[in-house]
Amino acid sequence: MTKSLLALSDLHVTFSTRRGLVEAVRGVTLSLGEGEMLGLVGESGSGKSVTGFAITRLLDAAGRITAGDIRFRGQDITRISAGDFRHLHGAAMAMIFQNPRAALNPIRAVGDQIADAITAHKRMPRGEARAQALELLRAVQIRDPEKRMAAYPHELSGGMCQRVMIAMAISCNPALLIADEPTTGLDVTTQKVVMDLLTGIAAERGMATILITHDLGLAARYCRRVVVMERGRLVEEAEPKTLFRAPQHPYTRRLVAASPTANSRIADLVPEEERGRHLVMHVASRPRPAPGTPPLLEVQKLAKRFDQGAAAVADFSMTISAGESVGLVGESGSGKSTTSRIICRLIDPSEGEIAFEGQSIGHIPARDFHRSSFRKDIQIVFQDPNDSLNPRFTAFDCIAHPLLRLGGMRPGDALRQRVEECAQRVGLGIELLTRFPHQLSGGQKARVGIARAIACRPRLLVLDEPTAALDVSVQAVVLQLLDRLRREDDLAFLFVSHDLNVVRMMCDRTIVLQNGRIVEQGESRAMFDNPKTAYTRELVEAVPHIEPELAAFAT
Amino acid sequence: MAAFGATVIRAGRRFLSSLPALFGVLVFTFLLMRVLPGDPAVFFASGPNAGKEEIEVIRKQMGLNKPVPEQLMLYLYDVGSGNLGRSMMTGQLVTKDLRERLPASLELTLTALLIALVTAVPLGVLAALRPGSIIDHGVRFFCALGVCVPTFVSGLLLIYVFYYLLGLAPDPTGRVDIFASLPPRRTGFLLIDFLLAGDFDGWWAAFRQLILPALSMALFVVAPLARITRASMLVSLGSDFVRTAHSVGLPWWRVVVTYALRNAILPVITIAGIVFSTMLGANVLVEKVFSWPGVASYALDALLSSDYAPVQGFVLLMATVFVIVNLLVDILYGIADPRVTIG
Repeated sequence: MTKSLLALSDLHVTFSTRRGLVEAVRGVTLSLGEGEMLGLVGESGSGKSVTGFAITRLLDAAGRITAGDIRFRGQDITRISAGDFRHLHGAAMAMIFQNPRAALNPIRAVGDQIADAITAHKRMPRGEARAQALELLRAVQIRDPEKRMAAYPHELSGGMCQRVMIAMAISCNPALLIADEPTTGLDVTTQKVVMDLLTGIAAERGMATILITHDLGLAARYCRRVVVMERGRLVEEAEPKTLFRAPQHPYTRRLVAASPTANSRIADLVPEEERGRHLVMHVASRPRPAPGTPPLLEVQKLAKRFDQGAAAVADFSMTISAGESVGLVGESGSGKSTTSRIICRLIDPSEGEIAFEGQSIGHIPARDFHRSSFRKDIQIVFQDPNDSLNPRFTAFDCIAHPLLRLGGMRPGDALRQRVEECAQRVGLGIELLTRFPHQLSGGQKARVGIARAIACRPRLLVLDEPTAALDVSVQAVVLQLLDRLRREDDLAFLFVSHDLNVVRMMCDRTIVLQNGRIVEQGESRAMFDNPKTAYTRELVEAVPHIEPELAAFAT
Repeated sequence: MAAFGATVIRAGRRFLSSLPALFGVLVFTFLLMRVLPGDPAVFFASGPNAGKEEIEVIRKQMGLNKPVPEQLMLYLYDVGSGNLGRSMMTGQLVTKDLRERLPASLELTLTALLIALVTAVPLGVLAALRPGSIIDHGVRFFCALGVCVPTFVSGLLLIYVFYYLLGLAPDPTGRVDIFASLPPRRTGFLLIDFLLAGDFDGWWAAFRQLILPALSMALFVVAPLARITRASMLVSLGSDFVRTAHSVGLPWWRVVVTYALRNAILPVITIAGIVFSTMLGANVLVEKVFSWPGVASYALDALLSSDYAPVQGFVLLMATVFVIVNLLVDILYGIADPRVTIG
């Protein structure tokens, strides 16, 4: 047993909101030894981040520790003054934040920001601080550190910004590092590099680390001990192996089931007893299309260049048959979003041909495509359920909008019936239809977005990271819903995602994009189990899986 | 260096793109003046009992007998060749009048803006640091007061207190004591000209004349500046990077000044530019109360006597100043915020 560095006992944190007091953390007790790496896992609203912020005293003004204490090296740090706490910040405990670009000062060069962090605790001339900052940039493996010293955050990629943030956090060698979703929003490959770097540095310098994440796989890969939180309480604490093999608490069981792994099937994501009545799978075998019929969508030699830049997409060809589900994966900047937007005719291609059921639609300008009869056949589900709904439209208006615009329906009973039918199909309660987006949860908003997309009975649905903003348990339900809809309507999917496990489950075929070009494509499972190109292999290996990690533990 | 070049290019583009707007202002004011009631020829005829022929002669002299489109073309030609016409009131060229009076207005407005910024920014920061506190409410009250009291009232109050009751301020008429000797004119800004001439007593006298009108103007614009500072300071204090700054233990003044304020100042620059342009045109009240020989009171007098040329010249001048100020704001913004690229 290592010496205890941090001990929380019965911690309560309360936020005062407009609707009164909300208890975000209700009685958390945990301890952390020196140099230990602890995973703090939970979904949004579980209080995991609030716990982290309470430890480092970075809660919003509305948040307050109402009971319990936090002992850091034996001292109760909930009772020390703000002035004394400043000497702990950075020097004894540091934090790494979720959105690295926003976490850095946008108008200060990163080198100066790191130097600021150093001089906050050590008196030294500016030049020396900058020299140390340069060393830190080297330590976090930033290429061309001399040049990067003068760079501003907006000139760096998300992964680079997170490295800078790590450099700032470790600048004064704190004993405790709290990483709050450090890689959420980064590509899998970047995630792997950043996490490897972070754990490497922590181990090398003997820093205890708390990894706060929603990703069970990530916690399993990097932590020796994982704590699961639900609604402000600790529900389970165990080694990853026991946690994933034999979860004790029902919530943990649900969470483990909902986390997609390399072998999971859609049906497994939600435990048997919790499946809704809609989710009875009827696997009707699709009638084979008569030979000679053109595929639903045929894309040939698509290319897109944004002004003067290099090609965002080049030489992209693919087909989708009716009812087929095709995945499109790649890192950010690989051109997958651009491609999907061209295919659903939101932007114009620079070159290439797009044919829908044998009829060319590539030449219709994106600006006029909404008048084309194909608009209702190709619909899109957007990534962010929050931003893609009009805040002034109720759920009903959102779903009715395409019916009025594209379906040629008039307000009246028929429309109401149709909207309610769509809502029912996506499992959205009729009583929720009068609500505005801000009154709906993330999962409900996602359902509204899907209902809107299927309202006009499209033939092809383009899904642009439809579950990236959702919690895993919600994601599980939404994925099942999408799969059911596809089977029922013989819908074709173009499924854009960075999550290989999800694509593997959802898609018959998958296309891997890198720098706007197809590097590999094929039947999903076979390709991911046995990748042919180095890039695909790299992508597959970067995904933190639960089982392989367990296998590694077992040996 | 590359960034500087980019800024210059951007500024140039911005200036060129505002030329059509300037032209529009020119034509619009010209037409507006013709539509307004009042006949300058009647006004400038020797007296109320001037004969019809006399008025006709004056009208012909002024070119008012020609059709409006032709007048417009002639006017545009004149403006193109740098001639804004002649004022009937002063009998001088409008360009000369404006050149004499613009520095007075600019000096007053700039000083007022400086006072306003020096007051408003710290007030806004203080209010944002403790939202909902006594300080916050105090600042809000002060701002409301500044906006509610019209400048001519606050100006008169200031005169009453500082000139009449306390006797601290000099006679509130004009830029300097009428008996004082003026420095050789170089920039037209008395404070600068006195300094260049090395006449410190004169500088002090001019400064004392300037301070009351500048204060009463500043009071009026403290409110928008303080409010925008407070609002953007609140956003910036609540942002992720300020939290980061706290998390590495930066001293609080460093967090507030280097991290929060430097980011919060960007919208303040924009508002300051707008406020400045508005002040320059709208300070006619202050100029009247303090008998300040500025362009705004000149334009008002001209308008009252249907003197076309000075009004048109004034509007054109204001439009140009507005364009230039926007340009300056743009450049300042480019310097303050590295994210701004060539737009």
